This record gives sequence, C-alpha cells and structure tokens, in this order.
Amino acid sequence: MSAPLTSLDRPNSYIGRSVPRPNAKRLLAGRGRYVSDLKLPRMLHAGFLRSPHAHAKIVSIDTEQARALDGVHLVATGTDLARICTPWTGTLDHFKGMTSAPQLPLPVDRVVWAGQAVVAVVAESRAIAEDALELIEIAYEDLPVVVDIDSAREAGGPVINPGSANNTCFRSQLDNGTVDAAFAHATHVVEEEFTFGRHTAVTLEPRAIVADYDPAAGMLTVHHATQTPYQFQDLYSRHYGIPEARVRVIATDIGGSFGMKLHVYHEDMAVVGLSILLGRPVKYVADRIESFVSDIHARDHRVRARMALDAKGEILAMDVLDLTAVGAFSTYPRTSVVEGNQVIRLMGAPYRFKNYRASLEVIFQNKVQTSQYRAVGHPIACAVTERLVDMAASKLGLDPFAIRAQNVIADDAYPQTSATGYRFEALSHQACLKRLHEIMDYDGLRAEQADLRQRGVYRGIGIATFVEITNPSPAFYGVGGARISSQDGAILSLTPSGEVRCMISVTEQGQGTEAIISQIVADQLGLAPEHVKVITGDTEVTPHGGATWACRGAGIGGETALQATRGLKRNILEIAALILQEQPSALDIVDGEVVDAGTRKPRLPIAEIARIAYFRSDTLPPGTQAQLTVSHHFAPQGYPFAFTNGIQGCSLEVDVETGFIRVLKHFIVEDCGRVINPMLVDEQLRGGIVQGLGAALFEECRYSETGQLMNGSLADYLVPMPMEMPDIVIAHVETPTADTELGAKGVGEAGTAAASACVLNAVNDALAPFGATINSIPITPAKVLKALKRF
Amino acid sequence: MKARAFSYFRAATIDQALDAHARAGDDARFIAGGQSLVPALSLRLQAPRLLIDITHIGELRGVSREGGHLRIGALTRHCEMLSEPLIAEFAPLLHAAAPFVAHPAIRNRGTFGGSVALADPASEFPAMTLALDAEIEIAGASGRRRVKADDFFVDLFETALQPGELITAVYVPLFKADQRFAFDELARRRGDYALVGCGIMATCTDDLIDDIRISFFSVGNTPTRAKGAEATLIGSRLDAERIAAAQAALQGDLAPPDSDEVPPAMRLHLARVLLGRLLGRLGEGA
Ligand SMILES: Cc1cc2nc3c(=O)[nH]c(=O)nc-3n(C[C@H](O)[C@H](O)[C@H](O)COP(=O)(O)OP(=O)(O)OC[C@H]3O[C@@H](n4cnc5c(N)ncnc54)[C@H](O)[C@@H]3O)c2cc1C
Repeated sequence: MSAPLTSLDRPNSYIGRSVPRPNAKRLLAGRGRYVSDLKLPRMLHAGFLRSPHAHAKIVSIDTEQARALDGVHLVATGTDLARICTPWTGTLDHFKGMTSAPQLPLPVDRVVWAGQAVVAVVAESRAIAEDALELIEIAYEDLPVVVDIDSAREAGGPVINPGSANNTCFRSQLDNGTVDAAFAHATHVVEEEFTFGRHTAVTLEPRAIVADYDPAAGMLTVHHATQTPYQFQDLYSRHYGIPEARVRVIATDIGGSFGMKLHVYHEDMAVVGLSILLGRPVKYVADRIESFVSDIHARDHRVRARMALDAKGEILAMDVLDLTAVGAFSTYPRTSVVEGNQVIRLMGAPYRFKNYRASLEVIFQNKVQTSQYRAVGHPIACAVTERLVDMAASKLGLDPFAIRAQNVIADDAYPQTSATGYRFEALSHQACLKRLHEIMDYDGLRAEQADLRQRGVYRGIGIATFVEITNPSPAFYGVGGARISSQDGAILSLTPSGEVRCMISVTEQGQGTEAIISQIVADQLGLAPEHVKVITGDTEVTPHGGATWACRGAGIGGETALQATRGLKRNILEIAALILQEQPSALDIVDGEVVDAGTRKPRLPIAEIARIAYFRSDTLPPGTQAQLTVSHHFAPQGYPFAFTNGIQGCSLEVDVETGFIRVLKHFIVEDCGRVINPMLVDEQLRGGIVQGLGAALFEECRYSETGQLMNGSLADYLVPMPMEMPDIVIAHVETPTADTELGAKGVGEAGTAAASACVLNAVNDALAPFGATINSIPITPAKVLKALKRF
Repeated sequence: MKARAFSYFRAATIDQALDAHARAGDDARFIAGGQSLVPALSLRLQAPRLLIDITHIGELRGVSREGGHLRIGALTRHCEMLSEPLIAEFAPLLHAAAPFVAHPAIRNRGTFGGSVALADPASEFPAMTLALDAEIEIAGASGRRRVKADDFFVDLFETALQPGELITAVYVPLFKADQRFAFDELARRRGDYALVGCGIMATCTDDLIDDIRISFFSVGNTPTRAKGAEATLIGSRLDAERIAAAQAALQGDLAPPDSDEVPPAMRLHLARVLLGRLLGRLGEGA
C-alpha cells in the first residue's frame, strides 16, 4: 500500500485490510434468499409466449383455449397491458439526435426480434402457464429481416421502425480538426478493421421478479433481482401511475448482475402490470433459454481505425470509425448508445497524442437489444488502440513495452485532458508498466518463447494498457434527463447496545459492497466490523441513491458511509464529553470504547453512552438531545469521473495445428486509488479478467441469416470454466483521488477492460512467425486455422 | 421451462419394463440416468405420457467376465468406468474415454446403456463400442438378441433398437497383451462435446499392425469407423509415411456435416491432426 489513509497497526484500521465478506458464509451455506426462493401467499406464476420470427406483423392472436385451461388465471396481450402502462422511449437528451421507437410491455402489432415476448399467461404454476402457452395461436406475417450491419445500412433496404428514413439510431463525431495534417506528416501509419462479437452477461442467477400489487392499499411491492431498486421504484411509479411512496422495490440476495440487471425488460414491466390486473403476487423467473434471447447483449462493433506515428515511434494521431448494431430498440432508461460513445472516447486514452477524429454510427437491427454490460465500451477501445500500438511497434522494430513507455502520459504530468476530451486527475501508467515488466518476468518469458519456437511450440506474449471510467457524476445520465442518481445516501444509527446499523443506498450483488461499507464504518467510528450491520436494497428502508452501476459502490457509496460515520462519531463524542465532563476534542473512540485522545486510556464504552442516551436521558444535562442517528448524502464533485488505469499481460500457447489456445498465465497491475479490501479488489480483478477471457476466446451470440440465435444455451454459448481459467498474478499501484476523503475509485470493470485486448495481442505475437494476423474476437479455433490457412 | 406432466412407473424387472412400454404404446420412455432425457423433457422437446424408471432392475447392473468378453450392464454409470477395476484391466479404452464424458456430476448419474441407446454422434462411448468391436444385448418383445456395434448405429439418433426395446448389456472383447489403444478428443472446453474425437484399438505383432479399428465421433450423423484409414495401416508399421497415408484416407472415410461454427473442411482437418497424433502415440507403444 503506497499511501495508507490510516496506519494498519492502529486498532480498528480496517481500510486496507482483507476482511472476508460477511455474507459469503451465509450464501455458501445455502442460506441466501433470492427472488426465486420467494413464495408469497396467493402467488401466481407468469410465462411468456415468444416470437419465433425476427421481424413480423402480428395478424391475430387466439387465446381462447389457453384461457379455458384449468389453473390459468389470466392471458394478457400487448393491448391489455397498454391500457394500464404508459410507453417508454430509450433516448437521452445529451445524445443529440438519437431516436428509438416507443416500447410497451408486450407488442401490439409487430415483433422485432426472435424471442420477443408476445403474450403472457398467469397460472397456478409455471408448468401450467407453459401448458397454456402451447395452446395459444398467433398468426404472423413475415417482414423483411435486418440482421447484419451492412444490410441495416443499405440505402433503400428494409427499415425496422416505420416512419424512420433509415435504421440509424445515433451518430456522433469527435474531431479536433488536425488529424488529416498529422497523418500527412506521419512516417508510419498502421490501419486495421476489427470486429467484436455480440455477447451477453450469463449471470449465475437469471432475471427474477415477484410483483405484488395490493389494490386495497394502492401499494405495489416488487421483489426484484436488480442492481438499481431506486431507478425501478421511479419507473414503476411513473409508468403505472402509482405515487412513488406507494412503490417499494426490494432487491434481496442477487446472484450476479454485471450491468445486465439495470435495464427495463419487457417481461418485468409486464409482470408488474399482470399483478395490478389480478391483485395478486405474480412471479417470473427467466430460464436460461429465455435469458439468452431476452437479457441485454453487448459489444457487436466493427471498427476501422488507423494510427499515425513519427519516425521515432511517437504516436501522432488516431482516426476511428465505429459501427455498432444495438437491436431493434434503444434500451430504457440508459440507452444503447453509451457503449459506442465510450468506445470513441476511450480510444488512445493512455497516450499523449492530441490529434483525434472519430465517428460513431449506432444502427438498429432485428436482434435483442444491447446495452451496458461490464466494462461498457472499454474492451473495444482498448483492443483497437493496443493492437494498433503493437502493429506500430512491430513496424518500427520496437518492443511492446518500449513503445508504450515512450507514449503513455507521464505519471508526473497530471492533470491532463485526453485527445477525446476526458479529464484525468492522476494516473500511473509509467509505474504500472514498470511493475508489470517485473511481475511477468518479461525478459524470461521472451527467452523461453524464443527457445520453444525452435521446437515448434508457439507461445505468445501480449500486453495492454487501459483507462477505466469510475465514480460517474451526473454528467453520465442526469444531464441527459434520466432520473438516475449519481449520489448516494446513508443512515447510521448507534443501537442501544452500542452497535451500528448502516442503511445505505449502494447495493450488493455478490461483489462485497456490504463488506467494504462495514469496514469503512468500523474504521471511521472505532469499532470492530462485526458490530456494524449494513442494510441495503430496500427502497422503503434505505435512502435514495444510485445503487450499483459503472463502478461507483466503493468510491461514492464508500465516501457516503465515511462522511456519515464521521457525523455519528461527532455526535457520540458530544454526549460522551457531557458525561465525562471533557471537551469532545479530547476524546476518541477505539474498539468500541471512548478513550482519551492523547493517552488512549479507556474512559467509557460506547454501549454505555447508548444506554444512557436511550434509557436514562434524565441523567444528561437539561437541553441535551442525543442524536444517535445521522443521515448523510454525498454526490461526487470535482472531476466528472474518477479515471483509473492499469496494464495487463498474458502468456499463452497456440496449437497451430488445431487452432486451440491455452492461456498459461495472466497478469495485471491496477491502480484503483485507495484499496479498501485487497481481497475483494483482487476478486473483482480476477472475475473481470475471466469475463474478458470469455470474450476473447469463447463468447459470441451467433445468429442465422433469418435472425435466429443459434447458440442460446449454455451447451452452445461457451463461457470459461475453472479448467479454462489461468493463474492470475495481481499487483497494485495506489493513486488515491483527491476528490474524496476516502480516495477510492472503482475497480469492477478493470479486468474486463483489457483482458481481451491482451489475448488478442498475445495471439498475434504467437502467430507472427507465420505472418498470420487476427483482428476479430472471439478468437476461435476456426479463425486461427483460417489465419494459418490450414483449411 | 418445466416439463409437461407425465406418469411414472418404476420397473423391478426387465419384463415389467417391456410390458409397461408395450401398454403405453409409443408414448413412453425408459429413464436411466436422466442426463439426456430430463433436459429434453424440461425443454419440452419430448413429452411422453409415461416414464419407466429402469434404474431398479438388478439384471441391468454389474460388470463381469463372461468367456472372452466383459459384460458391462446397461446401468453401469460413467463414473464406474473410471473406478471399476475390471474395466481398467479388460476395457481400458472405455476407462480412457470416461474422463472426457461431461463433468463429474453428470458422470455420477449418466449410464453406459443410456449413452449407447441415445447414440448421440458426439458422444464418446457409442463410438468406442465401434472401436472395441462390441456387441449390444437387446431385450424386446421377441426375446433377447445381440447386435454388433457395426450394425447398431443406423442414422442420427437412430439405432437397431425397436420402439420399446431395452439395452441390457454391452459385451466387449477382453483386452489382450498384443493390443494397443489410444483415445483423445478436441473439445473447446474440458467436458464439452468434442469438435472431433477418436478412439483406436490395434492388435500388433511386434510393431506390425495385424488389425486396427479407428472410430471417430462428432464427425457426422453416427459414430463412424475410418475404414479407409484402417486399410492403409493393416500389415504395416506406424511410421510417418503410413500415418500420413492414413490421414489422407480420412477424406474418403468422413463426410462432416455443415455447421456454422466448424465448417466441414475444418472438421476434416482436425480429424487428420487428431488421427496423426493418436497413431503417433500408438507407434510409441501407447
Ligand atoms: C451438461 C451435460 C454435458 C454432457 N456431456 C457429455 C459428453 O461430453 N459426452 C457424452 O457422451 N455425453 C454427455 N452428456 C450426456 C450424458 O452422458 C448422458 O448421461 C448419456 O448420454 C445418457 O445416459 P443416461 O443414463 O443419462 O440416459 P437417459 O437420459 O436416462 O436416457 C437417454 C435416452 O436413452 C434411453 N435409454 C436409457 N437407457 C436405456 C436402455 N438401457 N435401453 C434403451 N434405452 C435406454 C432413454 O429412453 C432416453 O431416450 C452430457 C449431459 C449433460 C447434461
């Protein structure tokens, strides 16, 4: 730890310590309570009939037989739900000119992707609901299907949204006007086209919801596996016309989210409506097959990019065109254009050059919608930039480390503004590069590689620098008109027995939010973390806040907890001072005891203060009102985002006869500012890297020419499993942000941001002796063998 | 998804099972380990009215020597292929293939008979019955019969089994001192169905091949013997030249199906690479 906030030798210094997650044991023991475990009295089950067509007109729907089936309570179509739910549109004002068609829970006259839910059945059991689905007849009339990027952009081709001139959702340009001149003066230009497959989150727990509308109280309670309960409280309230205070969203235990559980899904909205129509609780849990065709997908980019360099290898300019296809709608309420927007803004982010031009074109097609998924845009910007850097290095005869060392922004040159307009407070590329070189034993790896090549074994070594966006301010969504908070709130109480309850708006999906919040509270108050109870995820209990997205829990939620705890500590010491007839400033709290600030001599347990304040207030001086509950909100100020940085390395082996790739070892040096819990930070990095390796080598939603998802099951859509996970070596550099007292930035997306770029570079390094290159992920055996012209 | 409602019958004897199936017409399925059937029921790809549980029929269990054969009961589970000493000794090819079949949880329930009956062309064991020149014992309305593996696999998921017939056991010739075997597969991830896989049994005099059976899986509608490749090897030594000839012969032996992810030419290429590697190992006395 290069810059500890508190010395770890002091008692109750929990910031910077590896403290186990308190809920890990409970979940491991099978004591988790997920939405799918929930059984409410009178609860019914919903099932959905899905469109087999990627684009078709709904001619008629015959539900008569389904309605007549025993155990069926309701069959609802788009028209039925449109009567009680207002439509939504996935656009934001700060994305100028973007369009998207209005959406309803279920479609009324047209389906726009294969797998779209069309009719809902509510029955006594899920099995009966599925029996009823088999009895529904829908007549469709096929419409022309738009599947690939090129046909979507064809002038005069089929248009998905009636009334639109074309299939463009959004266009954006960045240009500082100097790019053409820079390229004209360049000694070297490298250029390539890159493709990135569509993939999806594959959470262990699928989407799950129980909506429970009580008509007598006019109250809607939704048990929802979501990252953002407050956002959904707001949306259910506004689209169903129920006052916000009468909507309660409870996010219980959640089995992974990765950004997938932030978005409005048609089935979820429908389930709320179904409960309103029936006045009974309705449950829906997406099964795996449904998840593949209805969870958001992500990526799906085609990027043409070039980079200009001078004779010495100094990067001069980048010029980028990003085409991305997002499905038939833009996702609500966060849109489907954020990824593209971040792709063009994160290009070249680690480097010093200033000449930059990019255009982004976001296109509709007849597939399920894409939206924010772990490391939004980062892997694409990183892979394009880092591959071009490697191509340039090989052209110039420079080592990959050397060209990066030459071009990264120097650690002592901050603050800096990137060529794309991002403002960086302080990053540490140079320190990270140096550390990676050491932990990889880079020279040793290169020597081994050369040796093995003699024997026909082809190893590759790849590195990739990255910048990650964390701690977003209202500049992210708020300015665009979305009612998505970038602030968080906490309510802290000292209990009568001297423990602390902390109700906080950031949420827990298995990443350890509750653990780090308890560490911060314990550290700041002077208490063991076991005596801190953290409560999250219930809009009726916890204050309004942003919750979990975009790497903000530690940075923003953590600062909220820190400030709130300092307030509570002040109040406790005020009462302690009255009791002990001391100045508050002469006192401190250590291990649950008020002590002399100077001598550390124990004076009074805080439990005793709580006892007096709650039960014997008559013994306090007249006029004293002990405030042992405090609330505090914190909104990020200063820099609009807290950028983090790091670098990854990868060593792998390519079997040049089979095209199979084995990742031997992966490395990361990461700088997320203050490390609150090293074990959790490392878990985040490892998990993120494995997800990036999935993208690099395995994961892709493959579609047929008619828009059918061809590999929508876990037998066919491959995710890395333990045998495919290499050892991952982790090192840290700590550059805390000065925007907060805590100094923490985010870390959840860093692993995913660069892992695929790193693998891409390593594979190309391995193939270099054959003159073969690959610029497309996932890197499948087929692509490797094609590149090697083996079949 | 949830399975459609069905009735359940637990058979105690082979006759009870056959009888129950006959009475239900075609609308019944035997269930053994359930590792293929249950997913199919859950996805509503199959929706029989009756499931006949055969896992309590004692006669379908057990591994024993019978003359020149090892009798492997239909209910022998994949995990027992790894743990049963008789299999390791007398059918080592099955022992070698077993770790590649799915994952431990599935191997704990999935049965050898179920795997052979299903005849998934991507499965390891059906192809190994071909390499082993095994015989499949079938019980049906007209009594018992034994069918050679070579005659058992007819087409995609189609076998010599008639509706309502049961596999009772598989008979494998005992492994002998002059025999060699090799097995491997190319799968994207450990435990996945392979892009291509192969098992080989060879009988040799010194280094000369007297007889060889090469069986591929994941290359077409059924497990497939590479008879052309076999022919190039009989009577010869496994040197580089012969191995190359065997690899070349695969062109005529295999006709891989069209697939968006693995084009036929690629699968053929992978089959050649795999065959080359396995014959290389065999030549080293594997
Ligand atoms: C995730 C997963 C991965 C898998 N990976 C692999 C793999 O890599 N390789 C592989 O080979 N398999 C794999 N399998 C399939 C597994 O091996 C199955 O267990 C096996 O194919 C079928 O055996 P079972 O006993 O489970 O049969 P069941 O599922 O019970 O039955 C399958 C079919 O065979 C019939 N049947 C069963 N027993 C008999 C009998 N004695 N006589 C006549 N008919 C019978 C049934 O009626 C049914 O039609 C995988 C399965 C899963 C779920």
